[in-house]
Amino acid sequence: MNVLWLQSAGCGGCTMSLLCAEAPNVFDLLAGAGVSFLWHPALSQETGHEVRALLERVESGALPLDVLAVEGSILTGPKGTGRFHMLSGTGRAMLDWVRSLAPRARHVMAVGTCATYGGITSAGGNPASAVGVQYDGHQPGGALPADFTSRSGLPVINVAGCPTHPDWVTETLLLLADGTLDRDALDVLGRPRFYADHLVHHACPKNEFYEYKASATELSQIGCMMENLGCVGTQAVGDCNIRGWNGEGSCTRAGYPCINCTAPEFEEPRHPFTQTPKFAGIPIGLPSDMPKAWFMALASLSKAATPRRIERNAKSDRIEVAPNQKADKT
Amino acid sequence: MSDSTLLVGPFNRVEGDLEIRLEVSGGAVRAAYANSPLFRGFEPILQGKAPMDALTITPRICGICSISQSAAAALALAEAAGVRPAPQGALIAAVLHAVENVCDHITHFNLFFGADFARPAYAGRPWHDRAVARFTAMEGSAMRACVEARAQVLHIVGLLGGKWPHTLAIQPGGVTRAPTARDRIRMGSTLTAFRRYLEAEIFGAPVEAFAALSSAQAVRDWSTGDAGLFMEIAADLDLATAGPGPGRYMSFGAYPTDDGRVFGPGLWVDGGLAPLDPGLIREDLSHAWMLGEDAHPEAGQTVPDEMMRAPGYSWCKAPRLGGRTVETGAFARQVVDGHAAALELARDGGGVLARIAGRLLEIARTQILMEQWVAAIRPEARFMDQVTLPENGIGAGLVEAARGSLGHWLRIEDGRIANYQIIAPTTWNFSPRDAQGTPGPVEQALVGAAVSAGEETPLSVQHIVRSFDPCMVCTVH
Repeated sequence: MNVLWLQSAGCGGCTMSLLCAEAPNVFDLLAGAGVSFLWHPALSQETGHEVRALLERVESGALPLDVLAVEGSILTGPKGTGRFHMLSGTGRAMLDWVRSLAPRARHVMAVGTCATYGGITSAGGNPASAVGVQYDGHQPGGALPADFTSRSGLPVINVAGCPTHPDWVTETLLLLADGTLDRDALDVLGRPRFYADHLVHHACPKNEFYEYKASATELSQIGCMMENLGCVGTQAVGDCNIRGWNGEGSCTRAGYPCINCTAPEFEEPRHPFTQTPKFAGIPIGLPSDMPKAWFMALASLSKAATPRRIERNAKSDRIEVAPNQKADKT
Repeated sequence: MSDSTLLVGPFNRVEGDLEIRLEVSGGAVRAAYANSPLFRGFEPILQGKAPMDALTITPRICGICSISQSAAAALALAEAAGVRPAPQGALIAAVLHAVENVCDHITHFNLFFGADFARPAYAGRPWHDRAVARFTAMEGSAMRACVEARAQVLHIVGLLGGKWPHTLAIQPGGVTRAPTARDRIRMGSTLTAFRRYLEAEIFGAPVEAFAALSSAQAVRDWSTGDAGLFMEIAADLDLATAGPGPGRYMSFGAYPTDDGRVFGPGLWVDGGLAPLDPGLIREDLSHAWMLGEDAHPEAGQTVPDEMMRAPGYSWCKAPRLGGRTVETGAFARQVVDGHAAALELARDGGGVLARIAGRLLEIARTQILMEQWVAAIRPEARFMDQVTLPENGIGAGLVEAARGSLGHWLRIEDGRIANYQIIAPTTWNFSPRDAQGTPGPVEQALVGAAVSAGEETPLSVQHIVRSFDPCMVCTVH
């Protein structure tokens, strides 16, 4: 299965993350599954005129394309021309290239939240008019129309994340090569369900704090970050705390909140990223599938029942009181 | 060969998008024009945001120097608040930043730069078979070893920073996670494994031996590991004289600690070291698709010219220091820090070999530093102080990314970001011409590069451009 990878208006971080694949390394992993890059902007030998020739062959249909992978948002500005990002050496906007190549591909894969929904490039006033490949934020229809399907019949496969976990990308490619990624394997926003059916909250090491709403009030404290510090791990999709990043890491493990980077419009939460917006002292945006009244009742009950150990630790930068140790009464 | 113009692009194995226009005659480049063809607009995006949001947004400028962007933003915010991070927090920030920098260097040496020597065009050269075995894109044995070692040493960022790229761990007051005694010992083991990689694959000798090289000749004579293979190739292709820059080197100084910057700040001009005055920076807009006046970044603006009018030919502004171009990067950093071999390579004229040697010297020296820093972690210490930002204030965050000097200039008004300006390393190195018509460093370095008859994407041009390790996504941002 061949892959043509294009880097559009993004930071290149999803490729950099992809290179962190382990056991085996990214090159052996993909080669072992019969996945090869026709061209990748960071990895392939070919440059300049060699690439232009290759793009022409793909565009004309002379060279059949299995997967078009797009990393980065697609710029439509200024004024719909896409000229804020010209694919160098070609005199054509990336917007134009993606629209031209996508119908040629058996599958189209958007890699990272810029490519899926617009992402950080579309933050603020969206100065470059960035959109995703098939979405503009929550709205279906981006660089490609809402009803686009590739030759396989699938819509754009949205491997969202900022950045993407290396396994999210490699495993999507492996499933495609295996012929076992169908429409049912994608969620309502086109994300592969093998990681999007989990929440960042799952296996978060702060779960015991969450159970009692024992909350950190400042970054560096190890308590739950939902109540005060903007963490939306209970709503954000991703198996970040199940798989681990770069070994055993994750955002919440490193002491900062989940900002829902796998979701459309995460870049504009309409409040500072590390502050939980509240109404009458109650956080807005509680877990989406739990009745609010129940949540409030359980929260106040569990808060009242918080063991002193958990209360103390929540506001400390390390474990002050171990489970087998009695906390001071002070 | 008659006069002609070549358009080189897509120029890959650089981070982001680059297009180079070459005017060629007599078998050599006569003039070069570097175009950064992507504008995203991070500076306008940041306007009006809560100042601390810069810590979430600016790392996403760049997926390869993300921690550098974090560090610059955190420093700018700390300066605005008039505070310094907790000392042990600064130490952890230095470890995080150093891991990223060495990862970028080995990625460049192997994946971005080395791959060109495996090209069929070099078949028949005495070293070509070995270059094919080691450096063939995605398949060579050095490529595999590099991505494996890189993935493993980034476990340190996983542990301290949660993930790479785009961590939010580095804050104005320190870092969000206090490492434990176990973390410290685990990171020490990770670094020991990384040392084994460097010594077996890149240097073929102890890192101390390479770091201690004290003359340009000793660097050029290095014969073991892939560094030795590179020196052999460089001698054959005369890469020592290829692509000399402006001969002026700048570094903001790397890794701020309570004892100052570990690699010192400064300038190297006219054959000697001199202090650096960041107040002399101006961004010239004459050949950029940007509207407005030339300004110091504290007062700078970013207003794209949507008409993309000539004489503009790039989205990149042209930063100048006291009106002159400067080169920045690992080599510049080692020159400014006074490393004996780097100084001699600078006196010999810089160029492709010097830039690669600068990176290799820095890999070796940084490995030793990282080991010392991890050993110096005191798990019982405080790693972060709480910082209250002022309603109004300014701050500058000047750091050294893998590719050179990175600056963030921030102005806060009424508790919001009123202005945010960024000058990245490649903004300096790949800047377009200024109002005087002076070409940017890479444009100058390309003049004289050999172009063989029929070459559409000249190899000499590729070596010179990649020797700078450009990061184009940072350049315009």
